[in-house]
Amino acid sequence: MDSPAVEIIDLVKRYGRTTAIDGLSLRAGRGAVTAVLGPNGAGKTSTVEICEGFRRPDGGTVSVLGLDPARPELRARVGVMLQSGGVPPAMRCGEWLRLTARFYANPLDPAALLDRLGLTEHARTPYRRLSGGQQQRVSLAAAVIGRPELVFLDEPTAGLDPQARHACWELVGDLRAAGVSVVLTTHHMDEAEKLSDHVVIIDHGRVVAEGTPASLTGAERQLRFRARPGLALDELLTALPAGSAAKESPAGHYIIEGQVGPELLATVTAWCAAEGVTADDLSIERRTLEDVFLELTGRELR
Amino acid sequence: MTTNTPVPGLDLTPAGAAAPLPAMVLAQAGAEIRAMLRNGEQLLLTMIIPVLLLVGFSSAPLVDVGGGSRVDFTTPGVLALAVMSTAFTGQAIATGFERRYGVLKRLGATPLSRTGLLLAKTLAVVAVEAVQVAVIAGVAFALGWRPGGSPLAALALIALGTAAFSGLGLLMAGTLRAEATLAGANLVYLLLLGCGGVIFPLSAFPDAVEPALELLPISALAGGLRAALSDGSGPPVAAAAVLAVWAALTLGLASRTFRWE
Repeated sequence: MDSPAVEIIDLVKRYGRTTAIDGLSLRAGRGAVTAVLGPNGAGKTSTVEICEGFRRPDGGTVSVLGLDPARPELRARVGVMLQSGGVPPAMRCGEWLRLTARFYANPLDPAALLDRLGLTEHARTPYRRLSGGQQQRVSLAAAVIGRPELVFLDEPTAGLDPQARHACWELVGDLRAAGVSVVLTTHHMDEAEKLSDHVVIIDHGRVVAEGTPASLTGAERQLRFRARPGLALDELLTALPAGSAAKESPAGHYIIEGQVGPELLATVTAWCAAEGVTADDLSIERRTLEDVFLELTGRELR
Repeated sequence: MTTNTPVPGLDLTPAGAAAPLPAMVLAQAGAEIRAMLRNGEQLLLTMIIPVLLLVGFSSAPLVDVGGGSRVDFTTPGVLALAVMSTAFTGQAIATGFERRYGVLKRLGATPLSRTGLLLAKTLAVVAVEAVQVAVIAGVAFALGWRPGGSPLAALALIALGTAAFSGLGLLMAGTLRAEATLAGANLVYLLLLGCGGVIFPLSAFPDAVEPALELLPISALAGGLRAALSDGSGPPVAAAAVLAVWAALTLGLASRTFRWE
């Protein structure tokens, strides 16, 4: 049990001339929820599919539960939820779960799992007639039915309505409580912040930052407001206490960091008034993972 | 939704272990059989068309079958057609779409190995063939079929034919797009039905093409079954050899070219 759930060192994956993964290293701890966060095309799915044994790396080493991902004995110990598809469209979803259950020695009760995910009334519905959110839940159920040690969930809540999303989050929480390691990909900040013990932010096939959600976002609060683009922030800074920082990112969105309190708030609003500027949507917030991502890559996540 | 009430008996504590291989293969084979018997288009190809052809061509003087009884000539051909429809057409189309919908990929993430999956598919094909043979033989007997010869030789030919047609079907399913497999498998079914000695004797074709047609897997199976199920003809060695070559060729090629995604 000493090896991490997943350990990736200097992973490289190329498709033709495109380098999808470019020297990526990450470690997902046992019994923890690790979120791999990044925009579309960052290399999330490639990374996960290499860990699942679907693809072979072009460079670097990957070990899953201490083993080469291609090892067949991992199939019984690792649960997989693909980003889409994977279920015969004409098969009833209850039938699919009963079938997958029979591939494992100690499976969960398919009926109880259907109930848990709110799918009981759809057990006899063919997969293709289910809504997108219901299909996602069927795939999630199939990923955990064999009682795996490690679960890979590739964008588990993409396209889910809020209720279904909540059900998925709850199940992830229960998996974690039961000691299951979870690796999930997402481009929803709130999902990563809420669910994970460890966040790995990737872009262009490399890790750009990692840590706990709190360590990435920091404890510091910030003052944000919107106004016309191009305000002279240098002038504003001279009015603020030393150690403060101000920036405009993206255009028209201003962020002030430092000792955020009544004094700073008063200084900023007074300065805006003197400039003849109305500060809209003025708020004091903690940094979000979205901000962290934007700072690191200069790109929006979604 | 009922997610707020925890359901007892849902113990997520890790206990991942594979079921025994025979149990996995039986589970998958059962699912494949149910899918085949539930699919309307598949039933049309595997059951309805063969039985209609059998009844039609056994009862009405539509083709010149030489001197013998119509039903004795037609039944082995229809049995060969039934084997082709399940092992080739049905399997090619189903597997092609399983590949396209990511089902083969997803099954690859379960403890069911690829060998196990192929075993299950073979088992399912054989089970459906058994139903087909029972139905076709039942109808044929009712129409006055009096088979002679060696049923054992006939079974061996059916096994070889199943291997050859499965190889051909998997070769298409593993390399072509699902839509191309669908169109191609139906086209090949029709072509082989027309020129493979199923209903029309090969002697009806010009002498120049007849030897070539005899090398088709469907001709070998139909002709071989006709010989195996009538008295007085020796064991259908040539037909068996043709089928064995087709099986080795197509299965070998399929195993090299099959793309699971």
